[in-house]
Amino acid sequence: MANEFLPLFYVFNFYLFGLIALAGSIVFITRKSPVAAALWLVVVMTSLAVLYVMLGAEFVGMMQVMVYAGAIMVVFLFVVMLLNLGHPSELNDIRGKWGRIIAGFIGVAMLAQLMALSRTSLSINLNLPKPTTAEIVAQPAGIIAGVAGPLFREYLLAFELTSVLLLVAIIGAVVLAKKRSA
Amino acid sequence: MIAESLALSAALFVIGVIGVLTRRNAIIVFMCVELMLNAVNLSFVALSTVYGATGQVFVIFVMTVAAAEAAVGLAIIISIFRHKKSVNLEDINLLRG
Repeated sequence: MANEFLPLFYVFNFYLFGLIALAGSIVFITRKSPVAAALWLVVVMTSLAVLYVMLGAEFVGMMQVMVYAGAIMVVFLFVVMLLNLGHPSELNDIRGKWGRIIAGFIGVAMLAQLMALSRTSLSINLNLPKPTTAEIVAQPAGIIAGVAGPLFREYLLAFELTSVLLLVAIIGAVVLAKKRSA
Repeated sequence: MIAESLALSAALFVIGVIGVLTRRNAIIVFMCVELMLNAVNLSFVALSTVYGATGQVFVIFVMTVAAAEAAVGLAIIISIFRHKKSVNLEDINLLRG
């Protein structure tokens, strides 16, 4: 993916889905209804999944569709419908003029910082891991082996701890959302 | 494509920040936080094309933490809604003096 001679089809689709993600996210933060906002966020996440696949991360793209666009957004929509948040009094929740001006100012400042940061050169003394992603993808096992190798070797402890984290989250969610009997 | 991906990641993150700052509905604020996590995931994946597949391992961890966070956060929102009958952030001011 790092070579300079990408086919035009690749570049066109990359920009297309990038623009869909950008436009979808702008539409997402301006929707009044939480259900419409959640569905626009699904659009953003799906086009990000396309970008992941185009960047050589097929497994992460699949996880993006299944976990984010599938599971997490269904939980959000479920809560919106459970709480019945469609009342006209609650629909217009965008802050007033000054709030928007301050948010826009902070956003522009942050965007300038991030753009300046992304233009700096990275590889000064960074020792790169030996098989790059392009080499891993070229192997028969593909990117799955490239992801699973570090996951079950260097980051095994972190991987096991995420299972504890998920257990704590399940118990916490049940305890918090349960109706108090007293 | 890495420069474009990083620029898109920065733009999505900033849009998420603006959403957090301008909305009052707690669920939409929460979804904006998910958008920010997605933007960071995009830069992880973009940089993993050069710096090895470890970045994709971190994306998997971020997704796991995001799923846990969504479950607990939405449970907290349900719990607040039971008390206040609202998810508007300006109604949640118990700590205001």
